[in-house]
Formats: sequence, structure tokens, C-alpha cells
Amino acid sequence: MTTQTLIYLFVGASFALYIGIAIASRAASTSEFYVADGHVHPIVNGMATAADWMSAASFISMAGLIAFLGYDGSVYLMGWTGGYVMLALLLAPYLRKFGQYTVPDFIGARYYSSAARVVAVVCLIFISFTYIAGQMRGVGIVFSRFLEVPVDLGVIIGMGIVFVYAVLGGMKGITYTQVAQYCVLIFAYMVPAFFISFLVTGNPVPQIGLGSQVADGSGLYVLQKLDGTLTDLGFTAYTDGTKSMIDIFCITAALMIGTAGLPHVIVRFFTVPSARDARKSAGWALVFIALLYTTAPAVGAFARLNFVETVNETPYTQAPGWFTNWEENDLIAFNDRNGDGVMQYRSGDPFAGAPVFTEERGASGERLVSNDATEGENEVYVDRDIMVLANPEIANLPGWVIALVAAGGLAAALSTAAGLLLVISTAVSHDLLKQTFRPKITEKGELRAARIAATAAILVAGYLGIYPPGFVAQVVAFAFGLAAASLFPAIFMGIFSKRMNKEGAIAGMVTGLTFTFLYIAWFKLWSPESNVAENWWFGISPEGIGVIGMLLNFAVAISVSAATKAPPLEIRRLVDRIRLPGNAGA
Amino acid sequence: MDESENAGPESEEQRIARESGYWRANVRLLAVLMTIWFIVSFGCGILFRDFLDQWSLGGYPLGFWFAQQGSIYVFILLIVVYVRKMRVIEREYGVDGE
Repeated sequence: MTTQTLIYLFVGASFALYIGIAIASRAASTSEFYVADGHVHPIVNGMATAADWMSAASFISMAGLIAFLGYDGSVYLMGWTGGYVMLALLLAPYLRKFGQYTVPDFIGARYYSSAARVVAVVCLIFISFTYIAGQMRGVGIVFSRFLEVPVDLGVIIGMGIVFVYAVLGGMKGITYTQVAQYCVLIFAYMVPAFFISFLVTGNPVPQIGLGSQVADGSGLYVLQKLDGTLTDLGFTAYTDGTKSMIDIFCITAALMIGTAGLPHVIVRFFTVPSARDARKSAGWALVFIALLYTTAPAVGAFARLNFVETVNETPYTQAPGWFTNWEENDLIAFNDRNGDGVMQYRSGDPFAGAPVFTEERGASGERLVSNDATEGENEVYVDRDIMVLANPEIANLPGWVIALVAAGGLAAALSTAAGLLLVISTAVSHDLLKQTFRPKITEKGELRAARIAATAAILVAGYLGIYPPGFVAQVVAFAFGLAAASLFPAIFMGIFSKRMNKEGAIAGMVTGLTFTFLYIAWFKLWSPESNVAENWWFGISPEGIGVIGMLLNFAVAISVSAATKAPPLEIRRLVDRIRLPGNAGA
Repeated sequence: MDESENAGPESEEQRIARESGYWRANVRLLAVLMTIWFIVSFGCGILFRDFLDQWSLGGYPLGFWFAQQGSIYVFILLIVVYVRKMRVIEREYGVDGE
């Protein structure tokens, strides 16, 4: 069978599986739709959380980012796993004990205020839509490269699949499809990683392979060889970063705290039977996530090494098949500065910005670009997102591995998109309609509203996927920064401080949100040319500023709350109740 | 272990004392675990990374290993310890009833 047939087969079979599961587990009540009736086993929930969490960004982009960032890539590895420790210890068990459906539910009840609930809903919807646009782009990339359909059609197929299981199945359907998607994606990630680790080092376990010697008889360790190769070409050594220590510190912290404050992750812990199960489940989630996250740095390093060795100083006419395939997809470009037909891969940009291809071909047959020229010797442009997808081809792995990776990338993107859509639809039908504007709505009416909201959210997400606004890639930092600066402090203080009142919490959320929003928007949207370290406050980049937003939130909340009156007695009783596990104190 | 077991029905004050004792024990455990969390990630992986890099773990410089591998393993251990310890604390303060 050809690779293309295998890809259709693997992707088709996985889609059929997801839809089958969704039909078997339709939601009949709002409780099933929102939190799968609170009956999900902690291990199952851990797996579903892992699939929910690991998006197209984790599966497709992260190893590529690390490959090109080296040590600086650690911010993602620590940031996106360390958040689970905070979630397990500081938030999840108490929120589960509180026992409602959503994060705005908790904030509205704990701060006895509809205003606080609405502020939380606004944060939640903004965070979730930012995130979902990225998922749809991931679906588009996989479809256009592997299934050879136009990106638009790919997004529409993806929307159709998510529609079936999110709108029909609600949280119950999503949970069990996410378990299947986790299995597909982790298998798809690990198999090529084992192969590549074995090819490069002779040890199939990537976590050990990255610390082993290269199997070329040189006696050099992988990281040593990579450092040497890269510094020879004018890059920074792989194990040295280029970011400042304070920036690394703040980005890691913002990602960790943001992870703990992301509504679509938190809501998964409302689905287990008890507070105790919520703790256990967070542990399992981290185990399942760590499997991919400890493999990613190895994949990144091997990919970088393979890429340099196959591309650098190779004549374009002898370029491997994957190189020209990705060139056709606009994600690789060769700018033959010196006209020798040989690809020189060096530090620096081959031309200004992302490639804008003309219809013409160069002397060796490469696609020409019309970008502005830059100084330097580098002739190769490569989009970081392709590293994981191209890896099996770069390492000459069999066709079924490539098919597996295509199915895995789609599983990662679809599972996260479904989780986000559910959070958005719940926010509209439950938090806005039921709890704020139409409290008399019937259970049936609420369920219908949830399904209509999910459908509307899918259409918006699809639109964002087909016509990605130019700033989407620029604003991913928004989601984490805003979650860290707004939702996390409000939830944390709601549990750990009995004195925190509604005035303090609302002032804190608004301050954290406004500050973080303005700082990121200034450097990313309004004045991108000034986005350099010299202009940043204390040398903290927009990606890391959420931490300062969070500190401001805490400071404002505590001062305002000290100056206003304490929360009523029943709120202090509520806090006492959620602090106890089991039904004690209920 | 739990005086309320043989002392008959406990008074309101006893219950409050027991429950706040549980909460204090919980917060103490959190403080210890979150300190370790901070040390392995922000400490070993970032602040003291250059210092630790003078040692190696196989081909990994030690600080680099903490940043890209070790901290994640410790995170898992922290949650495991937390889940186990909390069971013990719950039993000790008699708040483990279903």
C-alpha cells in the first residue's frame, strides 16, 4: 500500500472510532452534558485531561520550538507540566468539593456577586477562543499536507467531526472520545520517537537517548555534537539559551500559573466523583502528559541534528523528497544567495519575514520568493511547525509511521478543540443564561441552549480557522497570561482566604486583566516594532508578563478587601465546607 | 489517634478544632511540597542552572537535565506524595468519612 492510502486508512479509522464512541455516549441531562454526571473514574479522567490539554501546539509545534530554541525551550516543558502540581495541590480538590459545573459558578458563588461571575465569563470566553483558533489552524495544516485536500475543506471536515461528538455527547461524549484520542496521539508520538532515538543513538528510549552518545563512532554525546555543529554554523549552542534569566523565570511562571487557571482544564476535575479523586486524577493527568513532554526535548534535539546533517551543504537538486514537499506547502524555502545551487544553512534570516512565493523557479528549480533581502549567509527558511510532522520522513521511517503521525496530530487538535467548545457553550447556557439572565429556564431549555451555543462556537472557530486573523499566532501568549493574571488569583484566594470579599476579588481581576491585556497588546498588536528586550519592563517579555499581572491582582485584591467589609457569614461557611474532603461538613 | 471515636458525640468546639487542625496540617504539607516544586524547577532548572551544569548526568549537563527532564519527574512524585499523605492526614483528623 502507498503511504497516501495508509494515511486515509488511519485517519478514516480513527474518525470512525470517535464518532462511534460519541453516539454510544450521548448526553441526556445538563449534568451529563456539563460534567458527565460526575461519574468519571480518576484514571479515565486523567487520560481525558491529557488529551484535552495536549493540543496541536503540544503535538505539532512544541518539539519544533524546542529544536530551534534549545535550552530556552525549557520554559514550555516546565511551564506546561508544573502547572499541574499547582492544580492538584491548590485548586482541583476544592473546586470539586464545591460541586458545581463551571469556574464562573465558583467565582459567582464565592464572591456572592453576578458582576464577578460575568467578569469570569468574559475572561473565559476570550481565553478559549484565542486557544481554539490555533487548534483549527493545526487541523488545517495536517489536512493540507497529508490528505492533500485544501485547508478550507480540511477545517470544515474537522468542524463536522467535532460537531457530532461535542454537540451530541457533551462532556460525557467528549470524555470517552478524548480517552481514545489520547491513545492515538501518544502512540503516534512515541513510535517515531523510539525509531529516531534508536537510529541516532542505538538506544530506543528517547529520554535516555538524549543523554547518550551518538552511534556514529565519534564518542560524542548527542548534546555535545549538537552544540559543536550549531556553533560551527554561527548559532548559539543548543544547551545555552539566548533569553535572559529573568525572562525565562517569568515565562515559566506565567505558563505554569496560566495552566492552573485555564477553564477547560479545570472543568475536567468537576467530572470525577469526589475531591479525593480530583487529586488522584491530576496525578494521572500529569503522568500521561509527562510521557509526551519528556519525549519532546529528545525529538526536538534529534530533529535539529538530522535537519542540519541532511540539508546543510546539500545541492538543491539532491534535496530529499520531504524538503520539496514542504516547500510546495510554503513552509520551507531556499534562497540561493550565492548562486551555487548548494543549500547553506546558517544562523540568521534568509530573507525578511515569512516567505511570499512568486510563480517563478530559480536556477536549480527552487521556488523563488519576493521577500526583502537580509544580510548574512543563511539560505534556508524552515517553519518550526513542520519538525514533528516531517520527522518520520527526515529519518526515512516506513509509510505507516507517517500515517500514524497524521492521525495523531488530528487527534490532538480535535480533542482540545472539543474541550474548549464545551467550556464556551457551558459559559453561555449555564453561566450567562441560567445563572444570570434567565434563571427560570427549564432543564430541557438549558440543554438546548447549550447545544445551540456549541454549534455557534464551532462556526466561529471554523471561521477563524479558514480566515485566520493575522494576529492569531501573535496572541497565544494572551491565553496563558490572562488566565494567570485574572482567574487563578481569584480562585486561589477564594479557597485559601476567608477574608477575601467581592470588592477585592473584582478589583483584582479587573486590574490583572487590564494590565496584562494592555502590555501584551501594546507589544504584539499596536507597536510590534518596539517588541525588543530594551523596551520591556524589567526585561520581561509579553509572554511572561502574566506573572506581574498576577502579583498586581493579589496586591490590589488584598488592599481593597482590607478596606471594605468582610464577606457574609454564609460565605465563610462555604469556604469551610470546600476545605474539607468527602461529605464531611456538608 | 482520634479522641472523638471513644469520647461519644463530640461538641461543636471539638469538631471545629478538629477541622481547623486538619486544615493546618494540609497547609503545612502544601508549603513543604510547593517549596520543593519551586526548588527543582525555578531553582535547579533556571536560577542555579549554570552552577549545576558543571556536573553531568550521562550526556546531559545537570542543570539542563533538570530543566528538560528532571523537574517533570519530580512534579509527578510531588503529586503522588501529596495524594498518599493527604489520606493519612484525613484519617488522623477523622475527616475521611464519605
